[in-house]
Amino acid sequence: MIVSEILIIGGGPAGLSAARELKAEGAESVTIIERESDAGGIPRHSDHTGYGLRDLKRVMSGPSYARTLVERAQSSGVVIRTGAMVTGWSGPMSAEITSARGREVITPDAIILATGARERPRAARRIPGDRPTGVMTTGQLQNLVHLKHQAVGTRAVVVGAELVSWSAVLTLREVGCATVAMTTQFDQPESYAAMAIPGRLALRVPIARRTRVIRVIGRERVEGVEIEQITTGRRRIVECDTVIFTGDWIPDYELAQSNGLEMDPGSRGPIVDTGLRTSREGIFAAGNLLHPVDTADVASLDGVHAARALMRWLAGEPAPGTAARVVADAPFTWVSPGLVRTGDVAPARDRVLLWSSEYRAFPKIVVRQGARVLSRRTLPWPVSPGRVFRLPWSMLEPARGTEDIRISLV
Amino acid sequence: MTYDVAIIGGGVVGCAVARELAGFDLRIVLIEARGDVGDATSKANTAILHTGFDAVPGSLESTMVARGYELLSEYAKATGIPVERTGALLVAWDPDQLAALPKLRDKAEKNGYSKCEIVDADEVYRRVPALGPGALGGLTVPDESIICPWTTPLAYATEAKSRGVEFRLNCFVESIDVGPDTTTLHTRSGDITARWVINAAGLGGDVIDRMLGYDRFTIVPRRGELFVVDKLTRPMANTIVLPVPTEKGKGVLISPTIFGNVMLGPTSENLVDRTDTSTSEEGFAFLLEKGAALMPTLIDQEVTASYAGLRASTEHSDFVVDIDAKQRYLLLGGIRSTGLTASMALGEHSRELLAEAGMDLTARTDLPPPPQMPNIGEAFPRPYQRADLIASDPEFGQIVCFCERVSRGEIRDALASPIPPCDLDGLRRRTRALMGRCQGFFCAAEIDEMMRVGGDDRE
Ligand SMILES: Cc1cc2nc3c(=O)[nH]c(=O)nc-3n(C[C@H](O)[C@H](O)[C@H](O)COP(=O)(O)OP(=O)(O)OC[C@H]3O[C@@H](n4cnc5c(N)ncnc54)[C@H](O)[C@@H]3O)c2cc1C
Ligand SMILES: Cc1cc2nc3c(=O)[nH]c(=O)nc-3n(C[C@H](O)[C@H](O)[C@H](O)COP(=O)(O)OP(=O)(O)OC[C@H]3O[C@@H](n4cnc5c(N)ncnc54)[C@H](O)[C@@H]3O)c2cc1C
Repeated sequence: MIVSEILIIGGGPAGLSAARELKAEGAESVTIIERESDAGGIPRHSDHTGYGLRDLKRVMSGPSYARTLVERAQSSGVVIRTGAMVTGWSGPMSAEITSARGREVITPDAIILATGARERPRAARRIPGDRPTGVMTTGQLQNLVHLKHQAVGTRAVVVGAELVSWSAVLTLREVGCATVAMTTQFDQPESYAAMAIPGRLALRVPIARRTRVIRVIGRERVEGVEIEQITTGRRRIVECDTVIFTGDWIPDYELAQSNGLEMDPGSRGPIVDTGLRTSREGIFAAGNLLHPVDTADVASLDGVHAARALMRWLAGEPAPGTAARVVADAPFTWVSPGLVRTGDVAPARDRVLLWSSEYRAFPKIVVRQGARVLSRRTLPWPVSPGRVFRLPWSMLEPARGTEDIRISLV
Repeated sequence: MTYDVAIIGGGVVGCAVARELAGFDLRIVLIEARGDVGDATSKANTAILHTGFDAVPGSLESTMVARGYELLSEYAKATGIPVERTGALLVAWDPDQLAALPKLRDKAEKNGYSKCEIVDADEVYRRVPALGPGALGGLTVPDESIICPWTTPLAYATEAKSRGVEFRLNCFVESIDVGPDTTTLHTRSGDITARWVINAAGLGGDVIDRMLGYDRFTIVPRRGELFVVDKLTRPMANTIVLPVPTEKGKGVLISPTIFGNVMLGPTSENLVDRTDTSTSEEGFAFLLEKGAALMPTLIDQEVTASYAGLRASTEHSDFVVDIDAKQRYLLLGGIRSTGLTASMALGEHSRELLAEAGMDLTARTDLPPPPQMPNIGEAFPRPYQRADLIASDPEFGQIVCFCERVSRGEIRDALASPIPPCDLDGLRRRTRALMGRCQGFFCAAEIDEMMRVGGDDRE
């Protein structure tokens, strides 16, 4: 058995930034275990600009952002082991690892889980029909195009209209595949107000609002999809040879769950407090594992936040004892962090993150604890599906004790 | 060149027959329309190794299933086909079903299976705590097992090949001419001549039968749709939960899979198109409704995959097996819902029928040892867990498909195997690559590349 002080599982933005911060704060040995052949996480194959604003204070492409984070971690003395995967646990703090070196068990003093998130594939969305080739997620598309330089079809339907969906449209265009339709179950194209991807409006993609995909058609190769107008029930077939299922994120939560951590049924990630501590002492979590899915810079700053809490814990500072659960009413589907301890640190970036299934401009938010109203505010930024909604920490800060903290949209 | 035997159909039945007959001094060709063996109904079933407790007593199917269970259990041990003896529990949800249990136990005894026991509701919930409310009692079938549906035909085919059987893949039989001593099969890739013809063409069995001058059965493709649920649910179903068949029809089952998931299904619906393996909105709605009642916590979890298989059902209630010595023709038709289990018994039975019909069967003494199949079962050590294997070959430590933990070494070996995959789906059936929860989000591009360059690309 080898012993490492701190083990980080996942070498994406969250894990890399956590590791670097740990070294900066004096941790002796920090090891990242990354299953891909290169560290960097999703930005490695997301070949467009829009990365790094909040953490590196400059905007760059996904691959250069990933490279920068890897170099910064390496130069601070972090050990990054790629091609190594944590496959399970042989004890609460003992990670089983497979790599070309063999099979190992590492039992560190502390762990940060930073395994990220993936898009729900077609099967998980329970969409029936044929099973032809040409159906994939954005992740697969961008791996194919940016890492393996493969072509796709010529006419694509993109399911979803979030930021990541536009990222898929850009990738498709690069390889000569036109997006003939984007479908979204929502009235308001989710990412309309967000201008993260330059030139988006010039793409002129027809958006089928309030629709859902009913069926995939085509025996060998995709020939089309049938879509339904949710309000009228009218159905039509859109001809295409490629279907990209975008968004509908789910964290890579399996390791967290199989460790026995308390899980949030809303996000499916582990429940953490404002110090990003999970329900098991010594295990912390950061990044899109907690909030599927926010931008990379937010994941990276999470990593920094978790690292600081971890160092305080290693120094013997316990987490404050009294904790209240944070819950959010519909249309919110999850909130992170899920636990607030009286007297604890503020959450990462002084924000509480939520996900919504409805659009609301100028949302009026009320935060209560029991019968007590902690705060009530109308915020100038919208609540929008497909995009994280950020609530200022000050709205929850007055909470005390163990009673549930409830966030509602009125 | 004239073969002694031409087998039409490379499903689990055709492959089992080929392997069996290749134990004798015969020149054998196996003809399969698709690019791979086991690529039709044999790849999309519920993968239960049945005891045959609920077959129709006295039927050929009953005999074949019981014998097939024995033979395949042994063969699986010899070749490394993963099998788990999970047992099954039939659960009664209404008084009619409860009343049917003693009759089912009696039927099992008539089928030669005497280990079924009736249990009360408490025992049902003790065995499967995740079941939804309302179970009234159950019947246990301790020997029902789950098996790898993909390794099984592949093992037969691999052994058949090592015994000298010729495989003609991508070869569709279009018409047949029976001569005095030999029969000529006209295929899209040329003529094949053989003394004997064996029809193991599954859904195409009646078409082949008509080419040989018969009109005795018609196949109705009966679709069965299934959901495969995330591996995290496996502890909810450690045994096969079967519906109690009554006049009102058959319900759906919940079964652990050999790959460590849980399966819900199948539906049962007669179609017209024999090639339509699509899934349907109605099928999904039905499964979700049944699943919600059977095991509500299961259906809350993530669905990993869904698929449909077509049973080759006919107007007959039994398998349609018949030998015509004059035309030198053996029919193995209508092998509907138990063919995986019955496969080796059908091989043995074919051999006996052929011997009776006068085929000269001289046992070979130079047979190669049975193949050792790579383990893709979850209950047995996989390469990524084996320090010894990784030490001898580090490529078994390089995980390529993360969700299913498939290593580069396994993919490399599958691509270089005696019966290699012809597409990604074939690779999936040999290694589990791409069949996990991400369905290719992370690894599809990498695996696609290995497939294109033949597994030789070492970056
Ligand atoms: C198409 C697309 C476009 C995007 N565009 C933008 C954008 O323009 N700007 C922006 O800021 N953000 C963007 N994002 C979001 C951004 O990529 C994510 O927020 C960010 O990658 C999250 O970082 P993370 O570290 O939490 O997770 P990830 O980047 O997913 O990293 C997790 C890492 O953990 C590894 N891992 C997981 N499990 C294990 C295990 N068991 N053992 C070993 N390693 C493991 C994975 O291999 C992976 O490398 C985009 C995302 C996508 C998909
Ligand atoms: C939903 C479902 C669940 C099931 N569950 C179980 C179970 O739990 N346990 C069990 O034991 N059994 C089960 N079965 C049954 C089992 O899968 C089948 O009985 C078995 O696969 C039949 O095998 P086969 O070789 O006869 O047919 P197939 O696998 O269909 O093979 C026939 C082959 O013949 C080829 N062919 C057809 N026509 C021609 C032609 N003209 N020229 C060349 N080739 C041709 C086809 O391409 C095909 O590959 C299930 C079936 C279904 C559909």
